[in-house]
Amino acid sequence: MPKFVFQGKDYEMDEDGYLQDWQQWEEGMAPDLAKTEGVTLDDRHWEIIRWLREYYIKYQIAPPIKMLVKEMGKIFGPEKGNTKYLYELFPGGPAKQACKFAGLPKPTGCV
Amino acid sequence: MAVQKPEELSKIDYKPPKTSWMDTPAELRKDMFCWGNKEKSLKTVGFPNARAWSVADEDWKLPENWKEIFLEGLKERLSKYRSFQLFMDICVRCGACADKCHFFIGGGDPKNMPVLRAELLRSIYRNYFTTSGKMLGKVAGARELTYNVLKELWYYAYQCTECRRCSLFCPYGIDTAEVTILVRELLNLLGLNIEWIAGPVANCWRTGNHMGLLPHTLRDTVDSFQADLETITGVKVDYSFNRKGAEILFVNPSGEFFDPVGNITFMGYMLLFHEIGLDVTLSTYVSEGGNFGFFTSNEMAKRLHSKVYAEAKRLKVKWIIGGECGHMWRVWHQYHNTWYGPVDFLKEPVSPITGTKFENAKSNKIVHICEFTADLIKHGKIKLDPSRNDNYKVTLHDSCNVSRGMGMLEEPRDIIKSVCNNFYEMPPNTIRENTFCCGSGSGLNASENMELRMRGGLPRANAVNYVRDKFGVNTLANICQIDRAALQALMNYWAPDVVVRGVHELVGNALVLKGEKERTTDLRGEPLPGKEAK
Repeated sequence: MPKFVFQGKDYEMDEDGYLQDWQQWEEGMAPDLAKTEGVTLDDRHWEIIRWLREYYIKYQIAPPIKMLVKEMGKIFGPEKGNTKYLYELFPGGPAKQACKFAGLPKPTGCV
Repeated sequence: MAVQKPEELSKIDYKPPKTSWMDTPAELRKDMFCWGNKEKSLKTVGFPNARAWSVADEDWKLPENWKEIFLEGLKERLSKYRSFQLFMDICVRCGACADKCHFFIGGGDPKNMPVLRAELLRSIYRNYFTTSGKMLGKVAGARELTYNVLKELWYYAYQCTECRRCSLFCPYGIDTAEVTILVRELLNLLGLNIEWIAGPVANCWRTGNHMGLLPHTLRDTVDSFQADLETITGVKVDYSFNRKGAEILFVNPSGEFFDPVGNITFMGYMLLFHEIGLDVTLSTYVSEGGNFGFFTSNEMAKRLHSKVYAEAKRLKVKWIIGGECGHMWRVWHQYHNTWYGPVDFLKEPVSPITGTKFENAKSNKIVHICEFTADLIKHGKIKLDPSRNDNYKVTLHDSCNVSRGMGMLEEPRDIIKSVCNNFYEMPPNTIRENTFCCGSGSGLNASENMELRMRGGLPRANAVNYVRDKFGVNTLANICQIDRAALQALMNYWAPDVVVRGVHELVGNALVLKGEKERTTDLRGEPLPGKEAK
């Protein structure tokens, strides 16, 4: 299994490069995780990543994309509450990439 | 992971290798297999040999006596299932099934011919359980179970979607999907599953659904659908969870609470139930119609399935309606009665709106949502405006488990023809009981095996392209949540511009509600025909 090295310490990852334990994540890891996908984080990414962490703590699962779009719109305004905006920030897909940078597992099942 | 471009992937090499199949070791190729199960997923359900392992590693960390476990397991199942014993003995290798498998058609790997896929196990059966195999070995089509043979079994058991198209063409009626089902069951004795199945199984055991949605998550999700529907229709629809004494329990695939296409299908159910005033409840305990346990072992399938009836009993409902799910109906239609027999504490289903008795559901007391809705339409109990779906030229993908597995062919068509003005069939050898799989069924809808999925879905996509080019079809309707999740990726790859929609999404668009405002958008928020911004 691949390992994620952060400040000299090893962290377990799965084959897709997601942290195995979401509770081990800390904010400093996100830029490094984003780098693995060629994304440089700025404030706009952080708005989403922080919101995702809050959502996960409450629900123990990442949000459905429909919910993410809706909530982003509610909190940050309609110009940020749309799929196009989210894909601009996370070209590999907001659900997949934003979760990865936020240290959250991606959902499995009929999705 | 990047799959080659469609132009490249569609160049399929059907030339078999020079060496005979037994002498051609399987190469476990990335993009064609799913990641192995995680340790914690097996631990949650108490499955054997829970440990961290990786398919890419040489050592799969098996127990020392793995061979003995496998062969004992095989022996036990041969005596337990007469069908299985028969399927091991009677194949004459005529090859009628060979070119019927979507994975073979789209990939060209001879071991994806159903006959050969089953032969991978038959050869082991012959070697250890038949006199000719024991005496003559390879000449009699027998071979040793080695570590590499075990890996080969794993690789090809998870390159079969258990769609059963091959069995339709077998003159002996061998159900090759059943062989895959049992190979997977044997592999699970050694802790060899895939995470895309093992994860949902563990979730379902723990939370009641594959996704792992907790009660408050479900509640907040459906609340948000309710708000969206009010924005679109002006009507606040009722719904309830865990309501004791409701007449009907509604069970649907949990992907509908998560996947964007599934979300809209679910919103379609909500509108329908509200409009006819159905006394129906959802459940947070049974928040899953699907059963990934069925892709694991009979035992695990039963453990998950029994929760549905435990909840029906607790809530004291009379009967159950099941949503647009595929394999859920295979379990209900083909396994439930063998496992449990008739359910005696529920009532025989009768539609409270039309009075129709669902005779076919007499034993297990569950009615398919499409049968229920088609019956409402037949009796003129709902008002429909099909012109709201006039932007869509629709074709229907028959979900394997519902069409071929259960025999339900007409109802989804009856519904679509009532709620849409433009419906076109794909060629006859690709629909109804001949339907081609989405290429991602039986828990293979992961992302790391995308090449396998695109190859397996090629025959289906080809048929869609045919009606797209001939009639301008732009909508692929279906009645299964794996389909909804998998087919959109398939269309994006092979048939761009075709949008995947659940049948009840189309129902929800066309349904005229009492007291609704003038609708300007469909359930996705897209403008209705004639309501586009000027």
